[in-house]
Amino acid sequence: METRVTKLLGIEYPIIQGGMAWVANANLAANVSKAGGIGFIGAANAPGEWVRSEIRKAREITDKPVGVNIMLLSEHIDEVAQVVVEEKVSVVSTGAGNPGKYMKMWKDAGIKVMPVVASVALAKLMERAGADMVIAEGMESGGHIGEQTTMTLVPQVADAVSIPVVAAGGIADARGFCAAFMLGAEAVQMGTRFVVAKESDVHQLYKDRIIAARDIDSVVTGRSTGHPVRSLRNEMTRQYLNMEKENVSFEELEHLTLGALRKAVVDGDVKMGTVMAGQIAGMVKKEQTCKEIITEIMDDAHKVFNSVKF
Amino acid sequence: MFEKIRDLVAEQLGVNKDDIKPESRFKEDLNADSLDLFELIMSLEEEYSTEIPTDELENLTTIQSVIDYLGAKGIA
Repeated sequence: METRVTKLLGIEYPIIQGGMAWVANANLAANVSKAGGIGFIGAANAPGEWVRSEIRKAREITDKPVGVNIMLLSEHIDEVAQVVVEEKVSVVSTGAGNPGKYMKMWKDAGIKVMPVVASVALAKLMERAGADMVIAEGMESGGHIGEQTTMTLVPQVADAVSIPVVAAGGIADARGFCAAFMLGAEAVQMGTRFVVAKESDVHQLYKDRIIAARDIDSVVTGRSTGHPVRSLRNEMTRQYLNMEKENVSFEELEHLTLGALRKAVVDGDVKMGTVMAGQIAGMVKKEQTCKEIITEIMDDAHKVFNSVKF
Repeated sequence: MFEKIRDLVAEQLGVNKDDIKPESRFKEDLNADSLDLFELIMSLEEEYSTEIPTDELENLTTIQSVIDYLGAKGIA
């Protein structure tokens, strides 16, 4: 399937694996790329050398393009921004803000840049700054979220910019894939469905929690702090939400979630850790290989498109 | 220029004009989040028919810094 996104990225299918912190390592990203989509290594708060070594590991698994997601609030941001240039990464996606400061350096190095945007204004500013695509991510997604939904954000961003739009948030199967295209997107980014991929190295208990999740199992913590995060409910989110109701200090709330994502992903502590996942977790029911996930969505997409008659 | 920017900021952020001073910080004093700031930049660009490059945004943290930035571009 060919869209402007597949052409720009040199990939077979318009399916992108989001660069999730602690989850999206070389193994997951490279296997998504190998299957014809494109995977992103999640740099999150990791140091430059970790990112460099993951990029090199990914290249041992596949010679297809693998991207890096750069979290702009990282304490290692300058270092990581430089590493992707040195390692000649073909595409970078950015989260948590405005990558304006690094845009020239990346473009000069021939890197394609795709910022995650949560509003029309940011999408326009990014297009003007030279972004090749934007990822419009709705609040259905897991992890740090904005306020608008995918249903409302994607068409408004698609109207506002002429560069291609990638839809993210709430997409996990062919129906969501097709809907995203109807809203004006030319590719989709998925996170939760790839967390449970066979090649994903997260703790088995983390995968099991997602697979067991029902439609109503995700909650948003941290609205009071201005940094809302979506995760699956557990003892930690229950305590956190109670503390938010009681207006406890920002420091106390921070203390509860410090290192909590690592605790869940690496140690498998799904009671007190942060089990980040999107609202669509309720529909993610089995572990499959990256290849099976992508093939299933592309096969079903034809059926879904053809099932609608006007 | 201060009055014009103050009015624009008051309207965008829904804050009281009298609470906006040249030294007011968008985030800390006026409770703007990053998306508010992007909206504000777009409105300023429209108002003053100029372009503010995205790599300048991190320096524009107060009302005064915006006045100084526009002043340096010859906008008064």
